[in-house]
Formats: sequence, structure tokens, C-alpha cells
Amino acid sequence: MAGHATQQIDASTLWGGKISPFSTSYGKLMMWFFLVSDALTFGGLLVAYGFTRHDAQDAWPIGEETFNSMPFLGHGYPLLYVALMTFILIVSSVTMVLAVEAGHRLDKKGVIKWMIATIIGGFFFVGSQAWEWSHFIHGSEFGKVELADGSQAIVKGHFGELQNFTVLEAGKHHKKGDVIKEDLMHEFQHAVEKGHIKDGKITLHDGSIAKVNKAADEHMTLIVKKDGKSHKVGDRIEGKAACDMYYDAINSGQSGRIIYGANLKQNEYGPQQYGQFFFFITGFHGFHVFSGVVINIIILLGVVAGTYHKRGHYEMVEKTGLYWHFVDLVWVFVFTFFYLI
Amino acid sequence: MERDDIIEYSLNQDANGNAIPLHDEEAGKGIRKKILKVTLLLTIITVVEVGMGAYIKQGTSIWPIVKWSFVVMTLVKAAYIVLVFMHLGDEKKSMKYVILVPYIMFVLYLIFIALTEALAVGNSWFTYG
Repeated sequence: MAGHATQQIDASTLWGGKISPFSTSYGKLMMWFFLVSDALTFGGLLVAYGFTRHDAQDAWPIGEETFNSMPFLGHGYPLLYVALMTFILIVSSVTMVLAVEAGHRLDKKGVIKWMIATIIGGFFFVGSQAWEWSHFIHGSEFGKVELADGSQAIVKGHFGELQNFTVLEAGKHHKKGDVIKEDLMHEFQHAVEKGHIKDGKITLHDGSIAKVNKAADEHMTLIVKKDGKSHKVGDRIEGKAACDMYYDAINSGQSGRIIYGANLKQNEYGPQQYGQFFFFITGFHGFHVFSGVVINIIILLGVVAGTYHKRGHYEMVEKTGLYWHFVDLVWVFVFTFFYLI
Repeated sequence: MERDDIIEYSLNQDANGNAIPLHDEEAGKGIRKKILKVTLLLTIITVVEVGMGAYIKQGTSIWPIVKWSFVVMTLVKAAYIVLVFMHLGDEKKSMKYVILVPYIMFVLYLIFIALTEALAVGNSWFTYG
């Protein structure tokens, strides 16, 4: 392991002096210094996040409210997906440390095997993050609603399926009496955002007007995230009252009463800064993971070519390993402070 | 001028310049066992964290305890990653301090100053908002 190095190294090749500071090679020490500075960057970001969150108090979204979806399974799985991502990253960290260990034994095949495993884990993590971003940007089926008193609330519950639109007044494409069954959700959300729904009638892209046939929603809960005249942050409205208020906004014919998903200007989860911090912190970390995967691939090519074996040590694998573990380390903190607390 | 930045040196060489492994198969077994133990520990901590996060609601009376236990568990995880996976535990004492002390100092200062400022900003919003 590290630290064994002192006696064996030919002194004339060390740092141009007689002895290596801290018994560590130049490259490894500089990698540590880089990681300390990078850790300060992430520390700064997370502290800024904490500052803003502290300021926003109860209006700040809670992790299990926002992140409760699984691919292929839908909603109702709080934090499970992000836990899976965490586990994938921890496992890829383990395979990396096994690659380093194989390198210490000069076991080239072992290094190749464990590095490939690490790279696969890295790709899985980056892919998961892409899925989560896409989900975050597109938003939930309900969106965030602005109630009649000016307060804003997020909506939880089971969204009743959209069955069809029955055309009442013909437009450019649809004739009266047509039953539209395709692309309903997209049309519906677009119309809601633009305020093109009034009294259960939707104005479609081509100007035709249709009746919306939709199954009833179940277990609806509104959680207030911004004060209004009669509702305060943290209030919960349930059952029929919630449904009435929500559909009052949907059927108002006003644009902007419902917000779906997130962008840099607004988001359906909570205060505006929440979206920006999400994009910046997980994006910055995701970019680190991506570059880590690229670096791992480059080093893997070197291992396969036998470069490090000829050199007599696999220190390059150790250095890229340090970077990879650091990425995992940062995620441990992001996971706690962004998703759990 | 001789370039000093392209020297490739071996960490472990015998008298003839042949590479010696840093540790043999026997020692490797022990190290892998340690890695496995740490993996299990990290997994268990993550599972506990997710379970607590999913089932204990914010705002309940035990939430402050849960919150602080999250912080403690995170620090335990971080310590194992840094000391075992990144091998900082095997480095010389001086090296450990050079890496950890400046970082911990700066981050503690940053947290202190940010919380103090957050309080001041919050108060001025409350007073003049």
C-alpha cells in the first residue's frame, strides 16, 4: 500500500531531492491537493444550499415528496431510486479499490476486470442521473397549483387516467364527434399551462373544442408551499375540498395557474432556487462522474496496453482511483443534504 | 537540460530493477476481506438512512434526532471512504494532517459564517421585510 514506498525508491529520482515528502509520490500528493480544493468547491455549494434552505424554512420541498418515482413502476417509492443510485456508486467505488489492490499485486488481468466493472457502474450512475433530470424537468402529472387565494400548493395523489377527448366543435383537423385517444397527457398539460381549458372543455392545437373525459383522481392532497390570503405554508388540504380547489384552477381558463416540472425560471416543487440548486449541484457532480468515467477508460486502455506493467507499478490506477472515490464521497454528502434532510 | 518531469520510477524494485509487488496474494486476501467488511457497513448505513428518510416525517417530534443521526452516519461513511478506500489511513501521519486539517478548518469556518449570516439575513427580512 501507500506509505511503503520510502526505502525502495531510488533517491535520485525522487522530486529532485533526497527524500519524498510524506513518503508519497509527487503525482499522488498533487492529486490529494486537487481533491482538497475540489472538496472545498463542493463544500461551498452545499453550504450555500444550506443557507438558502435555512432562509426558506417550511416552503422548501422535502426529498421524499419530490423524488418518489421509479423507472417502469411509477410513483409511490420515496427515495428508493436515489438510494439505488447511491448503492451503484458505492459498489463502483468498491470495484475501484479492488482494481487498486490487484495493481499492488501486479495482477494485470485483475486490474482490467475490476476497472471494467467500475466503468460500467459509472455509466449506470450517469444514466440514472439523466433519467432523474428528465423526470425532474418534465414534472408530475398534477403539477403545482396556484389556489384562488393566491397561495401555491404541490399536489399528491393518484391521477385519474385521461380516457379521451370528444370533439364538440370542429377545428382544422378534427371533425365534430371525433374521439381523440392519442397524446392526451401532452395535449392536456399544454392546454392547462396555457389556460385553454374552461368548464371541462379543452381547446386543442387546431382550434377545435373538445370535452375531456377523465377518470376521477384518488387520495388527493394539497400541501401549501407559498402563503396566500387564507392558506399558510405547511397547510394540508385533503379529499373533496382539495379536488374542488385543484379543478377550480384547471377550469379557470387562466394561464400560469398550474406549473409542470422545472426549468431555470420556475419549478413545481418549491421556491425557485430549489430548481437551480438541484441543477447546479447534481449537474456539477454528474459532470465529475462523467469525467471520472472518461479518465477511467483512458487508464484502462493504458492497463490493457501494458504501459503500467512495464513501468513496474500501477500507481496511475491508484491516482484515478483517488478521484473516483472522491466522486463517491461527494455523493454521500449530496445524498444526505439534498435528498434526506 | 535534463527533463525532470518525465522520469518514471518504480515504487518497488529489487537490485536488478525488477518490479516487486507491493503485497503478495496472502496479504491481498486480508485486504479484500477488509474491503468487503467496509462495503457491508456502507450498504447497511445507506439502507438505514433511506428507511428513516422514507418513514419518519419531517416536523415530527423525533425529527431533530433523525436529522442529526443522518449527519453522524454521513460522517461515518465519509471517514470509511477516505481512510480505507482512499488509503489515507495508511499514509504517514503528517500527510493525513496536511490533507485533513486545512479542509476541516475551512469548512467549519464556512459553516459557522453561513449560519450566522443566514440568521442575520432572516432577522432583517423579519424586521423590515
